[in-house]
Amino acid sequence: MSDETATPQPARARRVRSYAEVAGDDRSNLPGQVKAQHERVAARLASVRHVVAVVSGKGGVGKSLVSAGIATALARAGREVGLLDADLHGPTAARMLGVRAAGLVVGEHEVEPKRSAEGVRVMSSDLLLAEGAPLAWREPGHDGFVWRGTLAAGMLREFLGDVAWGSLDLLLVDMPPGSERLDTLAGLVPGLRGVVVVTIPSEASYRAVKRAVEAARAGAIPILGVVENMAGYRCADCRSHGPLFEGDAGDRLVRETGAPLLARVPFDPAVQASVDAGDASRAAEALAPAAEALARGLERAESRAEARP
Amino acid sequence: MKFLCIECDRQMAFAERELPGDGTLAAVFACPACGRSVAMLTNPMETQLVSSLGVQIGGRSVPEQPFELTRSALASGREDAFAEAPSTPAPAGRPVWDEAARERLGRVPSFVRGMVQRIYADYAAERRIAVITTEIMDQARRELGLEGM
Repeated sequence: MSDETATPQPARARRVRSYAEVAGDDRSNLPGQVKAQHERVAARLASVRHVVAVVSGKGGVGKSLVSAGIATALARAGREVGLLDADLHGPTAARMLGVRAAGLVVGEHEVEPKRSAEGVRVMSSDLLLAEGAPLAWREPGHDGFVWRGTLAAGMLREFLGDVAWGSLDLLLVDMPPGSERLDTLAGLVPGLRGVVVVTIPSEASYRAVKRAVEAARAGAIPILGVVENMAGYRCADCRSHGPLFEGDAGDRLVRETGAPLLARVPFDPAVQASVDAGDASRAAEALAPAAEALARGLERAESRAEARP
Repeated sequence: MKFLCIECDRQMAFAERELPGDGTLAAVFACPACGRSVAMLTNPMETQLVSSLGVQIGGRSVPEQPFELTRSALASGREDAFAEAPSTPAPAGRPVWDEAARERLGRVPSFVRGMVQRIYADYAAERRIAVITTEIMDQARRELGLEGM
């Protein structure tokens, strides 16, 4: 048997102190490094009045369009708004706002966000990824599932903490479908003001979005409002309305959460075509009532919080 | 994670870190009382687990850079993601790069080049090194654990 494989025999029985019994840390101070990461995020967001996540339980309900429309509508109304695209694997929000050029400027402590034509400050993995490339990490060639979620959470942390968001009235976070990342966001942003829930009328959407709502509730994250997207069809030619999906998911979610219905937005091919082309102005018009309702709700909540002894 | 010298019942202190470049890591810890050393050797998976957290065993040796984790870990970044710093003369007190070092820096993928440049410059400035050479880059790489940079 070689020296490397020989099993050493204990010299004598002894009690080894436990981790908790050994005071202090070596120079690594890994908990301190993680704490510093959180402090960096908190310091960055100290100048942001409200951080709000836009969630759905399901892909394809138009969540990014709603995010881009609300952000642009509020910017048009004179508010300082940021949009963080947290859908790291399927980023679309930046392009909807017409932000395509890369060339992010890196300062000593921060990265400058891009600005849309309407003044929305934007950060998205779309600005970092090669054209058409998936989000891929430098890693050993196996067992990537173990750490990829951690890397994605780290990327989200850097989007929050390393971007020069500046003073904002609202930072909207366009979440990926599902509810998993909401926990991550809430862990990174203790002052997360709440979520806007986006659904389409269908039963399938209701069921999926309901899970996201329950995840938010489990994390004591307020539901700020519901947007029912694709609530009917608006003809691009005659502008008449017609049904698109069966169901009343928006109304049911409003009843069950007690949150207000911020808007019921019909599917309009013209709006979709314009955001696909990087022009969010039509989406902003469609979402303007929702944006104002959200802003007023946030202001009321802020006033109530300030009035508390 | 702590290392305890059982003989002395003292916590061992981090001494040095090495990244051989194959994805593994060696971290040396020494007992402040008796001087015994142990090396913690991690395989690529274990190394990746730690680096995914954006932390460094042995502590940070240079200030955290903006988007440090993203820039060092993302494999599918676009070449023009970040604007290159304009090539102006180094400000007073900042080190200059000799030709060989600049050429080597030029071979670093542009996605991460600006950050790497800044890390080497900070390293040299902190040590009052006036000229960054390839030898200084090697030295910094060893000391800071800049695998692949």
